[in-house]
Amino acid sequence: MANNNIITAENVRLYYGKHEALHGIDLDFPEKQITALIGPSGSGKSTFLRSLNRMNDLIPDVTVTGTIRLDGSDIYSPQTDTVELRKRVGMVFQQPNPFPFSVYENVTYGLRLAGVKDKKLLDQRVEESLKLAAVWDETKDHLKDNALSFSGGQQQRICIARVLAVKPEIILLDEPTSALDPVSSAKVEDSLLAIKNQYTIAIVTHNMQQASRISDRTAFFLNGKLIEVDNTANIFLNPKQQETSDYLNGKFG
Amino acid sequence: MDAVKTELMKKSKASRQDQRGKLISLFCIFLIMLVVLSILYMITSKGLATFFENKMSFTDFFTKKVWNPSAKPQPLVGALPMIVGSFGVTVLSAILAAPFAIATAVFMTDISGKRGQAILQPVIELLVGIPSVVYGFIGLTVVVPFTRAVFGGTGFGILSGTFVLFVMVLPTVTSMYVDSLKAVPRFYREASLALGATRWQTIYKVIIRASIPGLLTAIIFGMARAFGEALAVQMVIGNASILPQDLVSPASTLTSVLTTGIGNTVLGTLPNNALWSLALVLLLMSLVFNLLTRFIGKKGAF
Ligand SMILES: Nc1ncnc2c1ncn2[C@@H]1O[C@H](COP(=O)(O)OP(=O)(O)OP(=O)(O)O)[C@@H](O)[C@H]1O
Ligand SMILES: [Mg+2]
Repeated sequence: MANNNIITAENVRLYYGKHEALHGIDLDFPEKQITALIGPSGSGKSTFLRSLNRMNDLIPDVTVTGTIRLDGSDIYSPQTDTVELRKRVGMVFQQPNPFPFSVYENVTYGLRLAGVKDKKLLDQRVEESLKLAAVWDETKDHLKDNALSFSGGQQQRICIARVLAVKPEIILLDEPTSALDPVSSAKVEDSLLAIKNQYTIAIVTHNMQQASRISDRTAFFLNGKLIEVDNTANIFLNPKQQETSDYLNGKFG
Repeated sequence: MDAVKTELMKKSKASRQDQRGKLISLFCIFLIMLVVLSILYMITSKGLATFFENKMSFTDFFTKKVWNPSAKPQPLVGALPMIVGSFGVTVLSAILAAPFAIATAVFMTDISGKRGQAILQPVIELLVGIPSVVYGFIGLTVVVPFTRAVFGGTGFGILSGTFVLFVMVLPTVTSMYVDSLKAVPRFYREASLALGATRWQTIYKVIIRASIPGLLTAIIFGMARAFGEALAVQMVIGNASILPQDLVSPASTLTSVLTTGIGNTVLGTLPNNALWSLALVLLLMSLVFNLLTRFIGKKGAF
């Protein structure tokens, strides 16, 4: 396996107030691969994912210890600019959350923040991103329409396009298809597979088929601990830990 | 069998109670409707009497500048000065209040956190609850001398009225806008921050923008309040029914002319009917404000 880890997390502990939600996670994310995070509800998948772009900073009383490195530099060091970090580490949420503006404005939002005004570049990036997110055909004649007027699945792909438009290096997705029907989910999966040779992706999912279909590596979380991480095939076919095989066989969770 | 049938056909105690409750509320609704309709009828019929009974010209009412309904032999009912005065204080105070309301509301919901809100919320509620005479009194003792000293003139006039109304509508507009900011879902904020926006960019590019319908509704509510405010305005505006040439000379509003004139007229005469016409204009304007907020409410979510 390629040993090009773009993110390395070492002994990450996260506290909500006094409650320790992550008990020392060591997990690396190889470049340009899809890593799936699986595990029962409340096992800390979202918490861990959100610590990778410091979205947990928005919640009061959260403390993080340990180190998370992006390209070798500690993202929790006082010098880190969270705004810059979040441009490099994009995020797609469980609920499709396009802004109540037009599709075009949604997709260009991040670029405009970065000060891009060149109309040609914006147009080009909109088309490119919507195509990558596999939603171009449905939106190309409706770029001026309110993004909320699209279906949930289309909205989620617009959100993916919105993240892609700023060309982050890593994309975090927290159960991006759990609010979608199977057809829309399949389309979102297709778009993830389409972009995976350009982006490093971490995806939380409750759908085991989804994890096995799209991910290269799978990490199994349980009660705030990382139980096991390996190539997806290994995890699903011969897991080393008893808990992993119990979970995959539906014994709990 | 028959016994069961009659038992089933008979109304149970609960359903009889249900019916009684329905009757009582219907009666109350009917009573309220009656009151509202008679008020509307009274204002409309009396307000129109100026034109149909006293044969005053409808266009003169809206375009002429002299208000002297008791003049002999030719009474003058030009309401333009008051209409201009009313719109003047209303629009100016709304324009002045809007930025302050936006800043305060955003501070409460997105910047200060729980602590700031715990302090500001009661302050705003208190400000809403202060009676308008008190505002007028403060206006008379503080604002009028201030305007006189800084902007010249007598101090009485549209500008003083604007300042007083500004303080009066600010809490209304702010608290309504706070509600609409709170209705903007948290996930818009998260989405924006996750795309590398600063908190400030998130506030003005997403949150304020998404809540513009709510902001407009809040401002129109404030305008409705300003337009209908009588006492406080009357105390500082100077009450001269002349078309305002500037903001610092005495002027009047529909409400101030109504309150000052109401005791000096005899029911059924033209001077009295003319006041009802002013009331009719007030009524129609509040209807317009109401329709506007409904129209905006239909368009936007927050
Ligand atoms: N904002 C919060 N404040 C306090 N505790 C929290 C908060 N968010 C999560 N937790 C706690 O942290 C633990 C991990 O939660 P997390 O949301 O990361 O789980 P998850 O694996 O994503 O679950 P799910 O599959 O249901 O999304 C849980 O015990 C949860 O109660
Ligand atoms: Mg979760």
